[in-house]
Amino acid sequence: MRRSRTNSPSLDEARLRQQAIGVRLRQMFDEVVNEPVPDEFLQILKRGDDKRSGGD
Amino acid sequence: MASARAPAEEDPERDEAFRKELVGLIPHLRAFARTLCGDPTAADDLAQDAMMKAWDARASFEMGTNMKAWTFMILRNQFYSEKRRSWRQSQLDQEAAERTLVAVDDPEAPVALDELRLGLRMLPLEQREALILVGAGGFAYEEAAAICECAVGTVKSRVSRARRALQGILESGSYDRDGSSAGEAMSAILADAERLSHAK
Repeated sequence: MRRSRTNSPSLDEARLRQQAIGVRLRQMFDEVVNEPVPDEFLQILKRGDDKRSGGD
Repeated sequence: MASARAPAEEDPERDEAFRKELVGLIPHLRAFARTLCGDPTAADDLAQDAMMKAWDARASFEMGTNMKAWTFMILRNQFYSEKRRSWRQSQLDQEAAERTLVAVDDPEAPVALDELRLGLRMLPLEQREALILVGAGGFAYEEAAAICECAVGTVKSRVSRARRALQGILESGSYDRDGSSAGEAMSAILADAERLSHAK
């Protein structure tokens, strides 16, 4: 399916644009992945474990 | 696999292996939650809930299978069940998206990232999650389909519609922001395209 655009880019160019958007998407996602994990997460996991080993 | 599996409660070694792998997935769960919720605080709450649910359900996880996909599915289910509970959610999403924008107002950040975030928010949720899972989360179509509990073909079509829509949004600068930088998003992205083409 082809969309008509004012300056319709060639297929190659369209592919490059999609690739570039893909790069940005991963960059956006990885920005969060690379943030240090807040302590809360590990503490919660630890608490869950303590609860269990504390005997129920 | 020699012996019958003991119940997880009786298997501290298995628990420890499970925990290690789960801890390694936290950054990915946070990133996925952030793309679903927008608001970083709400996203971390969601990721924590999902992490606890995964931990509680660890006995039902088969070690050696794809824990990332499994936890993403838990997170996604959690997100949708909360969303169903709260009619206000979509409105919150919108406000959160705006707050997020302010929060990431980092002069060093590439200009196009904000626009990309805004553009993503304009996509239907089902397209957004499919695109994120496949385009950023590193999942194969089959895995994304399992996470979203739909057919592989459905994921493929959602991803391709999302890509087209996102490109259209970025090119037209029609994301919700008064258009000062309308052209900039796509030109920054095109600069990437340029680099990619030279890299070939």
